[in-house]
Amino acid sequence: MTVQGATAHHAVPERNWGPILHKVFVYTCLLVGMVVIMIPFFWMITTSLKKSGTEFTFPIEWLPNPPRWKNYVDGWTVLPFNRWALNSVRISALAIVGSVLSSAIVGFGFGRIRFPGRDALFLLVLATMMLPFPSVIVPLFLLFKRIGWIDTILPLTVPTFFGANAFFIFLLRQFFRTLPLDLDDAARVDGCNTFHVFLRICLPLIRPALGIIFVFSFMHNWNDFLGPLIFLSHTTKYTLALGLRYFQSQYRVEWALMMAVSLIILTPNIVLFFLAQKYYIQGIVVSGVKG
Amino acid sequence: MATSIRILNGTVRGKLYWRRTLEGYLFISPWIIGFAVFTAGALLGSFGISLTEWSIIGDRYWVGAGNYVKLVQDQFFWKSLKVTFLYLLNVPMNLVLGLLLALLLNQKIQGLGLFRTVFFLPSVTAGVAVSLLWLWIFNPRFGVINVLLSKVGIQGPMWLGSETWAMPALIIMSIWGVGGSMLIYLAALQGIPTALYEAATIDGASHLRKFVYITIPMISPVLLLNLIIGVIGSFQVFTQAFIMTRGGPNYATLFYVLYLYQHAFQWYNMGYASALAWILFVVILVCTFLILKMSRDWVYYED
Repeated sequence: MTVQGATAHHAVPERNWGPILHKVFVYTCLLVGMVVIMIPFFWMITTSLKKSGTEFTFPIEWLPNPPRWKNYVDGWTVLPFNRWALNSVRISALAIVGSVLSSAIVGFGFGRIRFPGRDALFLLVLATMMLPFPSVIVPLFLLFKRIGWIDTILPLTVPTFFGANAFFIFLLRQFFRTLPLDLDDAARVDGCNTFHVFLRICLPLIRPALGIIFVFSFMHNWNDFLGPLIFLSHTTKYTLALGLRYFQSQYRVEWALMMAVSLIILTPNIVLFFLAQKYYIQGIVVSGVKG
Repeated sequence: MATSIRILNGTVRGKLYWRRTLEGYLFISPWIIGFAVFTAGALLGSFGISLTEWSIIGDRYWVGAGNYVKLVQDQFFWKSLKVTFLYLLNVPMNLVLGLLLALLLNQKIQGLGLFRTVFFLPSVTAGVAVSLLWLWIFNPRFGVINVLLSKVGIQGPMWLGSETWAMPALIIMSIWGVGGSMLIYLAALQGIPTALYEAATIDGASHLRKFVYITIPMISPVLLLNLIIGVIGSFQVFTQAFIMTRGGPNYATLFYVLYLYQHAFQWYNMGYASALAWILFVVILVCTFLILKMSRDWVYYED
């Protein structure tokens, strides 16, 4: 049997020892890597449980005793994080709805209907995946300012209803294309129009792909910083990302509280990842391998 | 009545053909509108604005190519380009490390799921919270890195406070997210038919030869993808620079988008910022184009 992709470069001294040494080598690398990757998380948690001020004492308290769970409440309530969380939830929820709806409709159009100009337009979709958001922030800011959208959630949500994320369109188009075409034909024989084919036949079949859009869209909007920074200015309109930046500006050295709040803000990311790991990994894999 | 799409597209351009065309455009119309306004319109608008001098409160003056001339003479523009290109070093590091991790995981090992989850975990976190975390990690006296280094007798650098070490620090931070590319590689590795390796083994090929002549060509499309994702992402770094260094010390981390942001939203030079934005757009376009062009020499497509 071949060990697929085995590439350990160490010399194999003796037939019997080779595979064992190889195993030891592989596991050592993986374990070391795992520890290194986990250090920042560990550091975040342990700091978040320290008494204010003890972040700056030697020797370093690796396991704060007693752990100050109260930091999570104190950090969260010292500034209006509840309000900011609500703002973030509203923006993320709307952006998710917008992304799922628009990328499903547009993806269906590109993936399952044949019409002149389709392939050229789809190339344009692919091209916009390369377009850096920062290169359009000035005109967008001026546009939204003129129509009075600054300091509202509209600039952060409305574009998602118009296929703002080309990658999502690309992803769903790929999924729609994997469904057999006979499916549509059969439905049409039964008297379905195109919209029914989309809604009743195809959409339920690509539900896992919609899950991928949901997860990616949440992650993107929940953590977005540049967008809210430009389009929101009043503190009551802040998202969690802006609120956390504000926290940093007010309590520069309160690392315990800052780590506690940061951890709360990252919790939905991590929980969603564990709940929807399947969608996550599938999304990455599909974009990588089919792209 | 229910004619298949394939026939329709062939010879008869009947009522159904036009109907299908209309439906197609209806379905993609949200994207068309969004593209016209938020992408094409915005890019054109950006170009128009870049030909003016416009501080948001004051008047607008036509200056033609004036902003672009000023840009060429602006030492901070060149500095920010240099900083951003220097940061691109993170891309090959992530490519290699991601591939190594994927190769390690792509063997018959116990606990594959656990390893994969742990390595990927940093990639699901992002934004201000992560920047704050790393700001604290890199604290010269009380941060975890220098504390651990001091345990083995090394006095760590000032990291973000040092002109020399600020950039390496940000690159280290980006490598923490290597799990994303690892996952893409892993999928590609698992897609390589085992028969290829078996045939090579029969021919007496060494591990190294198999890696160079089978593994690398088979995953080259995915290497290209990771390369392009990495380059485009690196050009857009903003949050880290804004939260952790503010471009300092002594402009050592003045990332391009940070500089653009400062002109647009701190100094309200809308015209100049738009010129910067256009240059960014062109630079990314040219880089992607060059990568794609050169990729023909080393990317292998099965079909």
